[in-house]
Amino acid sequence: MLEITGLGHSYGDHHVLRDVNLTVAEKELVTIVGPSGCGKSTLLRCIAGLIAPTAGSVVLNGTAIDGVPDGLAVVFQDYSRSLMPWLTVRDNVALPLRRRGLGKGERRAEALRALRSVGLEDAAAKYPWQLSGGMQQRVSIARALAYRPSLLLMDEPFGSVDAQTREDLEDLVLRFHRDEGMTILLVTHDIDESVYLGDRVVVLARDPGRIRKELTVTLPPDRDQIATRADPAFVRLRAEVGRLVRGGAADGGAADGGPADHLASE
Amino acid sequence: MAMLFLASEILGRAGVVDRSYLPPASSITARALELFGDPVFLHGVRVTLTAWALGLLIATAVAVPLGLLLGSVPAVNTAVQAIIEFLRPIPSVALIPLAGLLLGSGLEMEVPLIVYAASWPILFNTMYGLKDVDPVAKETLRSFGFGRGQVLLRVSLRSAAPFIATGVRIAAGVALILAVGTEILSGFGEGLGMFIAQAGAAPDGNLDVLAGTVWAGCIGLIIDTVLVQGENRMFRWHKALRSGAS
Ligand SMILES: Nc1ncnc2c1ncn2[C@@H]1O[C@H](COP(=O)(O)OP(=O)(O)O)[C@@H](O)[C@H]1O
Ligand SMILES: [Mg+2]
Repeated sequence: MLEITGLGHSYGDHHVLRDVNLTVAEKELVTIVGPSGCGKSTLLRCIAGLIAPTAGSVVLNGTAIDGVPDGLAVVFQDYSRSLMPWLTVRDNVALPLRRRGLGKGERRAEALRALRSVGLEDAAAKYPWQLSGGMQQRVSIARALAYRPSLLLMDEPFGSVDAQTREDLEDLVLRFHRDEGMTILLVTHDIDESVYLGDRVVVLARDPGRIRKELTVTLPPDRDQIATRADPAFVRLRAEVGRLVRGGAADGGAADGGPADHLASE
Repeated sequence: MAMLFLASEILGRAGVVDRSYLPPASSITARALELFGDPVFLHGVRVTLTAWALGLLIATAVAVPLGLLLGSVPAVNTAVQAIIEFLRPIPSVALIPLAGLLLGSGLEMEVPLIVYAASWPILFNTMYGLKDVDPVAKETLRSFGFGRGQVLLRVSLRSAAPFIATGVRIAAGVALILAVGTEILSGFGEGLGMFIAQAGAAPDGNLDVLAGTVWAGCIGLIIDTVLVQGENRMFRWHKALRSGAS
């Protein structure tokens, strides 16, 4: 469905991404992990067609994207800035549904249903700035899910919610992924989460941002917060991802004096 | 305000200044209230307010779209910048005689002048408000497939609305000054300004001049209060964000 070839991006002469190659199949859930500042958000912006990459191409369903593709939803890392402060929570969620050609009543009903799925039906009439950060984040997730995109990009979508809510939202995303058959790319810096959610985990390295390794997650598709995390395959995978994110010594190519020093020097 | 009232009262009553030159505040107030029952005077006020409202309406209808255009299309902005830089320093009041020559008197000359003067604050506030729009909010709507026009309408305009409203409020004050001022300076026609000008020309008209001025002041105050209330009510979100962000 999605083919990223030789993708690179620079802001001025600051090379953020270099030679990223990634293929994502229809209905796949790919998680992307990497240290902060390695270009994860930039990569998602390129895929969303919000910025034009300075090198390479993104091909979606056979056509090179030039601008924002149809049927896309993005959950932004800056979730609170991506909500419209002049609209109520319900109207925020309902707004993109205009693009689906739904009438006002249907839009509102869909919005309420999505809000219920993230446990926020009581906040529907409030304004985003009256909610906590975690609640705002759930609103922006509800907005994306209500839209029923064919491609969903999520940029650290659970960063501000508490542990319990986080697990609920992870399972919600898995459920939507299974039921609606959407393709999902999810950026996270949580190693456990990348393995728990992903069909595949892509580990990025920084300076410049590039793919360090791709790992196929060999876990049964039906995940369970307790059973899956206790699975020996899960434990082994998360250890490997952890090594790759933290050290990179695992792939033997760290000629740059140890990434820990590298990170600290930035 | 109260001090001024008291000072004028004492000065007037004590005969420190000539009573017909500076009447005591209580007489001015009494005369102003009396005018409230004067149909000729009220007709004049209506004429002035009509010119004010018409001018402000047209100014808003012109300046907001122009501001959106200038604020969102940089190429147009650079092209028009020179014209703006040339026109802006001209005080609107200085144009009154010229407008009188070209447009005669009455609404036909009053309204264009008001439009000209009132457009500036609306134009600049619209452009300023557009600079303040959160790029992430725009990206969000773009990512859902909304086009440029839709993003302009649903994000930029909505986000700039509090600034635009403030511009309109400033423009409302400017428009009132221009409406009354034009009438006073043009020398004939009708309106509140005309009432003040005629009283000024009459022997013993000082009381009417002051009472008329009190009326103009009160109208300005009422308009401003109503608009401030409206802004507070409509843009609660803006206030909440401002106070939360600091
Ligand atoms: N709009 C921008 N202009 C210039 N530099 C940017 C911009 N956005 C991000 N960067 C820089 O690019 C690098 C990668 O940023 P980002 O993609 O946000 O990384 P991540 O999401 O992995 O933390 C950072 O060094 C950041 O400072
Ligand atoms: Mg990021």
